[in-house]
Amino acid sequence: MPATTKSQDIVFSAHQLTRHYQMGDVLIQALRGVDLTLYRGEFVVLLGASGSGKSTLLNILGGLDTASSGELRYGDAILSQADDTALTRYRREQVGFVFQFYNLIPSLTALENVALVTDISPSPMSPQEALAMVDLSERSNHFPSQLSGGEQQRVAIARAIAKKPRVLLCDEPTGALDSKTGSKVMAVLHQINQQLGTTTLVITHNEAIAAMADRVIRLKDGQIVDIQHNPNPKSASELSW
Amino acid sequence: MQALQRKLWRDLLAMKGQILAIAAVIGAGVMVLFLAVTTLDMLERAQQRFYQQAHFGDVFVDLTRAPEHLLPQLQLLPGVQQLQSSVRAPVRLEVAGFDDPIRGLMLSLPEQGLPRLNQLVLLHGHLPVAANEVAITEPFAKAHQLQPGDHITAVIQGRLQRLQVSAIVLSPEFIYQLGPADLLPDYHRFGVLWMPRRALAHAFQMDGAFNHLSVSLQRGANPLPVLDALDLLLAPYGSRGSYLRAEQASHRFLTEELEQLSVMAWFLPLLFLGVAAFLLNVLIGRLVRNQLQQIAVLKAFGYSHNSLLLHYLQLACVIVVIGVIFGIGLGLWAATGLAELYAAYFHFPDMELRVQLRHLALALLLALLAAVVGVFNVLRQVARLQPAAAMRPAVPPQFQRGLAEKMLLRPWLGQLNRIIVRNLLRYPGRSLLSVLGIALSSALLLVGSFQFHALNTLLDIQYRHILRMDTQLMLSETSPERILAEIKAEPGVLAVEAFRMVPVRLHYQRTSYRTVLQGLEAKPQLRRLLDQELTPIELPAEGLVLTRYLADYLGVKPGDRVQAELMEGANRLVELPVAAVVDEPVGVSGYMERRALNRLLREGPAISGVWLLTDPLKRTELQQRLQQRPTIAGISQMADIEQQLRNYIADTLLGMMAILLLMAGSITFAVIYNNARIALAERSRELATLRVLGFERYQVGWVLAGEVLLLTLLAIPLGWVLGIGFAWSLQQALTMDLFRLPFVLEPASFALAALGVLVATALSLSLMLRRFHQLDMISALKTE
Ligand SMILES: Nc1ncnc2c1ncn2[C@@H]1O[C@H](COP(=O)(O)OP(=O)(O)O)[C@@H](O)[C@H]1O
Ligand SMILES: [Mg+2]
Repeated sequence: MPATTKSQDIVFSAHQLTRHYQMGDVLIQALRGVDLTLYRGEFVVLLGASGSGKSTLLNILGGLDTASSGELRYGDAILSQADDTALTRYRREQVGFVFQFYNLIPSLTALENVALVTDISPSPMSPQEALAMVDLSERSNHFPSQLSGGEQQRVAIARAIAKKPRVLLCDEPTGALDSKTGSKVMAVLHQINQQLGTTTLVITHNEAIAAMADRVIRLKDGQIVDIQHNPNPKSASELSW
Repeated sequence: MQALQRKLWRDLLAMKGQILAIAAVIGAGVMVLFLAVTTLDMLERAQQRFYQQAHFGDVFVDLTRAPEHLLPQLQLLPGVQQLQSSVRAPVRLEVAGFDDPIRGLMLSLPEQGLPRLNQLVLLHGHLPVAANEVAITEPFAKAHQLQPGDHITAVIQGRLQRLQVSAIVLSPEFIYQLGPADLLPDYHRFGVLWMPRRALAHAFQMDGAFNHLSVSLQRGANPLPVLDALDLLLAPYGSRGSYLRAEQASHRFLTEELEQLSVMAWFLPLLFLGVAAFLLNVLIGRLVRNQLQQIAVLKAFGYSHNSLLLHYLQLACVIVVIGVIFGIGLGLWAATGLAELYAAYFHFPDMELRVQLRHLALALLLALLAAVVGVFNVLRQVARLQPAAAMRPAVPPQFQRGLAEKMLLRPWLGQLNRIIVRNLLRYPGRSLLSVLGIALSSALLLVGSFQFHALNTLLDIQYRHILRMDTQLMLSETSPERILAEIKAEPGVLAVEAFRMVPVRLHYQRTSYRTVLQGLEAKPQLRRLLDQELTPIELPAEGLVLTRYLADYLGVKPGDRVQAELMEGANRLVELPVAAVVDEPVGVSGYMERRALNRLLREGPAISGVWLLTDPLKRTELQQRLQQRPTIAGISQMADIEQQLRNYIADTLLGMMAILLLMAGSITFAVIYNNARIALAERSRELATLRVLGFERYQVGWVLAGEVLLLTLLAIPLGWVLGIGFAWSLQQALTMDLFRLPFVLEPASFALAALGVLVATALSLSLMLRRFHQLDMISALKTE
């Protein structure tokens, strides 16, 4: 646990979150009662086998999905009871997302993809600034089809952080990248966590990345089975992939 | 193949909305095609059969009076096969229970045997044998509910005569039964009758003589020498010039109708099938693009090119077949309705709608052709695809910043609008064709509305500006001017104006035209002559004023001199200067100052008829008194004629408008719905991303809707331009002897054209946005 654990430092607190899907006659239990607290500025890695419920948890935290039962608080707000409008506002103002397949808008240039977000945020950084943070200033006028996978993912990160979100949620951000590019992307995420103090949650299959985290949470069959504190997180360059 | 078959049905099911939309467009095209071809076939068969069965003549001559002993000499003319002489005369009729005056045309039947030409088809009763028996046409009988055995009264040469209806018949000469100088058939107020020759000839002092001759030609004979010979031989007997079937009134109307139908049979279906081809191209193209990986995998598994090509072709064929079945069903239904409408205007002994296998085949073939044209490109793409492509990941679609984008995209536009514009520019061909498709339907709407307004304007010009009389009297023969004073003295007559009417054949260089020359007052008040601005013009003391259509037909302009063959009296050929041209929407006449015409005819101040302005309160009484006058052959009420015209328009045009509206709607809907659905399917991931980034539903909806709306907005002005073009060609195509549509476009037409596509857009957008609302953000993002 970080040195300070005062209540105003709590970003999320989840209590007995469940999520199930009805698929015909079958009930799929994706989450079976998750209790979790995330603190300001933390860099947390979420590990677990495929199908263990990682994405489901991240989507609920990000306001893309709502829990079937249980309570999720974000600061003072109760997200588990928010309606679509409130969740949309929450995503727009508080959360940055990074996905495995980048999800850039193909018809917009790198700069425009970032501007897409800064146009609707209350106090964003400039799109150029965001691209500079991921070291892509000179590529700002390229379309996604003209960028490599790693570059596209860095644009996606720039787009996610440009609004200066309080939370950055990344679902297998390196999943589609080779290890060298992947480590560069992780370095960028880590650096942003340090510079901006953004609470960052990263889903990965890669155990090595866990060494960067303040905390490592393991999921299995929709439940948290282990939370591990890491007093001396390593930097991305120190990792061996 | 089983698996592939299952895939076919799955794909079809998944795209059912779009498939139905495309099938509807194909259906619309097939419907018009089928409607036009079967109706055309029905009319042509009925016409051919009737002409053959009744021995319809090839050449006709009207004359004043020629002796029967001339016939053997005429029979010897080279090229002549059969001759049939007859006596024809205008009569006035009275039917119990019908107060309006009825004009009649009485024709003679040979005393013995059937006529050699223009035989009657007997529907009920027996052909007249006694002097007081008559045969009447079926439409006239139906209009007055007359049966064989009923009586009617005829005023023949001023003598009242009671006649017994002995037969109800049809004649090849009166398939389209139009009264003289009428625009539309009026079965209540105009009838055609036949009576035995001797009685009729006797009443008109035509014993041993005839005033009409029908001639049939030997197979393959050149008609022109026959016409010349007849004209030469019959000129001394007051011949008005021999003419071919093409100039025979009933035949001419039928031919014009058939021509219009064949224009319709080609133009509209081609338009619709073209749009369908484009839609199929977009739909199947998108399907193939989305399934490239699948296709490559199938190829890698060993499916052959051909089986895959067949697979996608089958997909197109299923859509075509649905459309064709739909179209043929609708076409058959519409054809039945149209056949009924035709039966009211064209009278054949039997008119039978028959579904011909070759028409079905034609419809199917054309629709399949459209499909093959539509998917050809796509199939080539499938054929060229290498199995190895299955292993490569999909690349994001390529975008570039071209010139168009620099001109269009302004910094203030915002990112969402930028997405819209870039996506339209990404597939410029597809966007352009979409715009064109929507514009076409907008243009169709404009044309429909134009037709409606133009006809109304035509009637307004004709009945408010040109024809200012309320009653027209035709005299039984050319009479001295003093009759005018007598009529004017009748109570209830407010104003009178006399006219002289002479059949004439005008020649200029190698062109000639048969029409009537009307002698009017120098400053006619009740029947005005108007220039282009609708201001009345005065007749010059000498010289001819021509309807513009006639002047254009002859190729003359004011100042030129035309030859006029006056076909009354001594058949004089005179040369006349063209003094002016008038813009009249109805009819094809020449005009002269009345007394100048009298001088040309070497007669005193004679008149053929009188126009009246009457007191509406005393009109009925006046009409009854006028009917008693033997000198008056016919009385027409202008209001009746106008009403008939308006009814005719309501019958024919409003139905046509409804069909056009439906079709335009189906095209717009199909184009827009397909576009929208494809945009939604291809870009659901992009849309979900926007939602994740915190855009509201309506903002993301705009990215979809804006694209479609922009296409529609671009299409509207193009639709107007195309519509003006279509309207103009329609106006040209409908420039006929009977009437010419004025080329007037009302703002309301433009509004309708725009509104129609906007409504269709709104409808397809609302359907699409409903789907968009069901879009699952997470699953759209999850997969590659
Ligand atoms: N929309 C859905 N409908 C049905 N089942 C789902 C849905 N989303 C996820 N699941 C199921 O929930 C479980 C957890 O999924 P997920 O959170 O995506 O796992 P992870 O990200 O850890 O691989 C899986 O068994 C998955 O099949
Ligand atoms: Mg996952």
